[in-house]
Amino acid sequence: MNFLNLKKVSLLIALGLLSLPAHAGWLDLNMPKGVTDISNEVYGLHMLILYICIVIGVLVFGAMFWSILKHRKSRGVTPATFHESTKLEFLWTIVPFAILIGMAVPATKTLIKMYDTSDSEIHIKITGYQWLWQYEYLNTDVSFYSKLSTPYKEIYNQKEKNINYLQEVDRKLVLPINKKIRFLLTSNDVLHAWWVPDLALKKDAIPGFINEMAVVIKEPGIYRGRCAELCGRHHGFMPIVIEAVEQDEYDQWLANGGKVESTDLASTEK
Amino acid sequence: MSTVVKDTHHDEHPSGIMRWLTTTNHKDIGSLYLWFSLIMFFIGGLMALVIRSELFQPGLQFVDPQFFNSMTTMHALVMIFGVVMPAFTGLANWMIPIMIGGPDMALPRMNNYSFWIMPFAFSMLLSTLFMDGGAPAGGWTLYPPLSLQTGDAFPFLIFAIHFMGLSSIMGAINIVATILNMRAPGMTLMKMPLFVWTWLITAFLLIAVMPVLAGGVTMLLTDKFFGTSFFNAAGGGDPVMFQHIFWFFGHPEVYILILPSFGVVSAIIPTFARKPLFGYSSMVYATASIAFLSFIVWAHHMFTVGMPLAGEVFFMLATMLIAVPTGVKVFNWVTTMWRGAMTFETPMLFAIGFIVMFTIGGFSGLMLAITPADFQYHDTYFVVAHFHYVLVPGSVFAIMAAVYFWLPKWTGNMYPETLGKVHFWLSTFFVNLTFFPMHFVGLAGMPRRIPDYSLQFADYNMIASIGAFGFGFAQLIFVYLIFKTIRGGEKATDEVWEGAEGLEWTLSSPPPYHSFNTPPVIK
Repeated sequence: MNFLNLKKVSLLIALGLLSLPAHAGWLDLNMPKGVTDISNEVYGLHMLILYICIVIGVLVFGAMFWSILKHRKSRGVTPATFHESTKLEFLWTIVPFAILIGMAVPATKTLIKMYDTSDSEIHIKITGYQWLWQYEYLNTDVSFYSKLSTPYKEIYNQKEKNINYLQEVDRKLVLPINKKIRFLLTSNDVLHAWWVPDLALKKDAIPGFINEMAVVIKEPGIYRGRCAELCGRHHGFMPIVIEAVEQDEYDQWLANGGKVESTDLASTEK
Repeated sequence: MSTVVKDTHHDEHPSGIMRWLTTTNHKDIGSLYLWFSLIMFFIGGLMALVIRSELFQPGLQFVDPQFFNSMTTMHALVMIFGVVMPAFTGLANWMIPIMIGGPDMALPRMNNYSFWIMPFAFSMLLSTLFMDGGAPAGGWTLYPPLSLQTGDAFPFLIFAIHFMGLSSIMGAINIVATILNMRAPGMTLMKMPLFVWTWLITAFLLIAVMPVLAGGVTMLLTDKFFGTSFFNAAGGGDPVMFQHIFWFFGHPEVYILILPSFGVVSAIIPTFARKPLFGYSSMVYATASIAFLSFIVWAHHMFTVGMPLAGEVFFMLATMLIAVPTGVKVFNWVTTMWRGAMTFETPMLFAIGFIVMFTIGGFSGLMLAITPADFQYHDTYFVVAHFHYVLVPGSVFAIMAAVYFWLPKWTGNMYPETLGKVHFWLSTFFVNLTFFPMHFVGLAGMPRRIPDYSLQFADYNMIASIGAFGFGFAQLIFVYLIFKTIRGGEKATDEVWEGAEGLEWTLSSPPPYHSFNTPPVIK
């Protein structure tokens, strides 16, 4: 193998990577904390279990690599002959079990909170279609479809992709902050799943059945999500965009019949 | 060894293609399974490379989204049913009779049938690529209603699955019958090598769940063609019921794909550590516990379907519980290595690679068990990273470890050691380059099964694609090395490895066509 060539190739690859457009992709490593109390709790659980895994990993792999370094034949060691210890087996059954119980308690607590949809003030029915979403604000006249607004030319590489490529829609779902909102999810054709990472909400939209979930958004802003259940040819092309606004702005929007100039076409915001 | 002279007339067999079509010899059939698996590995791998090419950059470059979906669907079906399962069945055929001191499999004729069903099943499955409406594109999980939108391919898909299931069940029955009936006197159950144990348990899992899959896909078939409404709410059915049926098969299936790997690794680690396996009986019990638990965790694949709270909590707890016996296994392997006298030939490297990377996959599995967090992980690339870690550097590495470990026994020749090590290091480097970044894009919000993605996912997808091509090409070394070893090389001794223990190493390398016609004496 010619190592000089290998060096050249890796240099080329490195240069290629450096010349990539400078968006934040490299730093998008972790789950978003999100903008609800629940999403923060979920993030906390995620980090907790990750740290538990890392600690166990360091211990187990540490012991293993120590053994690989020290207990090798080339160092002239003679192998030991021990091959069982009930005490050890008992220990490494009971300790992980205890850790898991410790993990299950906070997880169950969060789960119970997530399942609580009582006392919701706003009810929105979401229907999945191949391949767009319909939002109906129950007890109002506001109801609309929301579909991908990225031009086909961008998808087929005939035009430069804008920063919100594939995560922009013609009509956003406008929601008030600090209000408990209940979503009722269903589908008109195949399974879909409605997912907005910043809200830590994901649930399947199932034809003939209604699923529900609730959220209280804490900060105004634009939150983007996607369909998360394979739904056919354009599964990758049915994004979700939420615009969370102050209560009065929301009231105004609703009074206006949901027809504010809140289209995502400009696509300039982050 | 002591092949008695008067027995040699049994060694006669038809030559050429008829030898392979009519063979009832466990070694021949084992080889057939392994070759079949290797061919399918490259077919499934090519599909993976189509996927990774399209995902190299944002935008649609090479294939239509529908074809992309066909690729993800077929890649999974081929890799699961055409690569990992046949490879393990091949290893079982080759090794189980030898390991337990039996003359052959208990049901040799059925053994022949169960292999020869496979090429037909997969011809049928792969032929769907050329049909009107394209190959199945609803995901290997076949969730209705989407899977019912499949075109002409649909009945072929269902029948292909029926055939694969039939083959697996026949193979499994054969393995159970062999292990329970063909052991040499003195080979008690608790003296069996762990590979035999893990396969015994795997075979029971197969017999239990393959009929469930067959039933599920038959209901899909009647929903599509005969007017039933099992999974159609408009007719009183429930689409989610299919998911329950599918995953009642699907989760034990996951362990069908991994338990024999545990057996392989439990054979290799003690050999190269020159020290007996630590906690043999606890390994057996752990395997049995994992198999039992695998039947009560299926709905963790469905946390987002809207199950009642009690269901979510139950499946979360049951799933977390699986970490305990799995952890026991890893601890036992590490303790086996502890204070051994290790050398690091290629099988050992693959086995150690297995332990490390399978454990990484296990960690992400534990994370996925946490239901509230799973709402964020579900159906994202985090899941893709998870199951590829347990399947590729997990199952596939274990199969490769097994091939390197037993190839000298099978062929009588040593494989080229340096090349084997190069294969290991390249595979390990590229497999991590491919799958580790998938954790990141998954957490950052990229769903699985999409042909195109928004710009924040571009960087890591490019890395993953580079890794995938590297991994794919590295496997050509494996093929070259297998051919080279079959054609010649340094002669292997009967024992092959210094620390080798077990009946297979008492036979000549290569072993006679019929071995242990007279049962060996077990100490």
